[in-house]
Amino acid sequence: MITEATRARFEREIAKYPADQKQSAVMACLSIVQQEQGWVSEESESVIAEVLGMPQIAVHEVTTFYNMYNQKPVGKFKLNVCTNLPCQLRDGNQALQHLAQKLGIQMGETTADGLFTLQQSECLGACADSPVMLVNDRHMCSFMSNDKLDQLVDGLRAAASK
Amino acid sequence: MACAPRPASKVWTDMNVDQILQQFEATGAQTCFHGRHIEPQIYKDLNGSNWRLKDYIARGGYAALRKILGKEEGGSAEPMTQDQVIATVKDSVLRGRGGAGFPSGLKWSFMPRQFPGQKYLVCNSDEGEPGTCKDRDIMMYNPHIVIEGMIIAAYAMGITVGYNYIHGEIFQVYERFEEALQEARDAGLLGQNILGSHFSFQLHAAHGFGAYICGEETALLESLEGKKGQPRFKPPFPASFGLYGKPTTINNTETFAAVPWIIRNGGQAYLEIGKPNNGGTKIFSISGDVELPGNYEIPMGTPFAKLLELAGGVRKGRTLKAVIPGGSSSPVVPGAQMMELTMDYDSIAKAGSMLGSGAVIVMDDSRNMVESLLRLSYFYSHESCGQCTPCREGTGWMWRVVDRIWHGQGRPEDLDLLNSLADNIQGRTICALGDAAAMPVRAMIKHFRPEFEALIEQAAQRGAAHA
Repeated sequence: MITEATRARFEREIAKYPADQKQSAVMACLSIVQQEQGWVSEESESVIAEVLGMPQIAVHEVTTFYNMYNQKPVGKFKLNVCTNLPCQLRDGNQALQHLAQKLGIQMGETTADGLFTLQQSECLGACADSPVMLVNDRHMCSFMSNDKLDQLVDGLRAAASK
Repeated sequence: MACAPRPASKVWTDMNVDQILQQFEATGAQTCFHGRHIEPQIYKDLNGSNWRLKDYIARGGYAALRKILGKEEGGSAEPMTQDQVIATVKDSVLRGRGGAGFPSGLKWSFMPRQFPGQKYLVCNSDEGEPGTCKDRDIMMYNPHIVIEGMIIAAYAMGITVGYNYIHGEIFQVYERFEEALQEARDAGLLGQNILGSHFSFQLHAAHGFGAYICGEETALLESLEGKKGQPRFKPPFPASFGLYGKPTTINNTETFAAVPWIIRNGGQAYLEIGKPNNGGTKIFSISGDVELPGNYEIPMGTPFAKLLELAGGVRKGRTLKAVIPGGSSSPVVPGAQMMELTMDYDSIAKAGSMLGSGAVIVMDDSRNMVESLLRLSYFYSHESCGQCTPCREGTGWMWRVVDRIWHGQGRPEDLDLLNSLADNIQGRTICALGDAAAMPVRAMIKHFRPEFEALIEQAAQRGAAHA
């Protein structure tokens, strides 16, 4: 089930496309659901399928094709560190390793307190800002030295405990 | 936990999550407002806070739109015809900035303008080619230049609806672009009867969500239709069968951003800024082993040595070893050879590589090319859409072979095997991702074969010692 507010966000996306092409809004609707719920559940896919008038399996095809949709719950903060070649040349791997050490988890895992999920990612399109990291899909963090990573993680921990 | 608390820690505990994240946002100071462009057009006079409509107009923005519509302030000039606009773009020899370098005016002339149904204009802002980060700064700090360019293109081709498909990873840019669109609509520059003319154009922003392949134009169209982004077989080309099966023209962000200047100053003036057959300025994203990575807008045909100098030279005083000149898909060029080239489509092509998206990845003499290739091979394997067997199977196979060479388990026959795999992928797939995966492998082996052989030889010696 979705709230009226979520439905209104869906409608804003649907309005961008021809009336008989509502399916075009599926990418946006999935990302809205993910922002609000943290991941894309089967139930969410079912709701989106109904709203957009498309088969649920067609929604699922989209969820599973694109790297950024979370197919299962993740931590409160999903950290995606780019390690593609331009970032590899400028400490991208070091940033990933530093976070793994600081958080005590491996790439792909979530901390026991459910706060952080750590992932490697492909090119974020911010190569000159390396090391770069995406937090919860929508916030790019640039020039992430180990010091700044510490500040970020400590800050998010403090903010989450409030 | 012996660490002393940071002086700043007090501040952090007072902030909420959004405020904390804001502390780490890019400002553009290093990548865009560094004052080291040469004759910039798109990045001219930007400072990060002057992206709004009023600032853009103060810089001469939307004057080109007024010109083509015959709505110049206090002027009585006639509107330009569609043919005149296209001819001006042809004269400029603006070539597609996304990677292929196809002449934009020619592409626009392929659009069947008299087609009676809906036609579409699409901007490809799915900037995910490793090394490329120029469109992000254009849309973040000068979004209206893209909007104006798209409106002009739409006018020239008689198109009434357009979409800008933006890389999902730069979500803040998507949000900024939506804000700029609303400003343009509110000012009557976008929407019904633009500036009181008979021309109407609706433009919307859409976003991806993590699929490199959607930078391929037909995969992008599939994604825009709400499907998984698997490329379409061409022909038919988008000009006849594009979005929703309708005639569609797709250009890169930087291509559209170049258009307003061309209309204001004329095609010939644009061409003269570059060099013959390579008109205008081009934005190069320099990453890797340079002192000052960032975006640099310079005239086409500028020597690579000058570009490297703008970027502060090779990092830590090291020596230039190799350059990938046009995004990760372009073949690597040895440093010494690169120093002799100029930055334009024809010069780089003569050296056996491609200008591509203008993403220049610099590697110094401390780098092992096998390790660099390993990361790229993993990337292409990860991002293959799985539609064509040679790419789906071949990219993973190439990655595994490079991986075992790098990890000291290479075999004497592996280099022949890699070349054979590249042969069996290149030219045998629906889209260019297969080629993009194969070309770096070939070029790395061609130019840096001894590095591969040394690792394989060490593996053989270790094997013999253990026998």
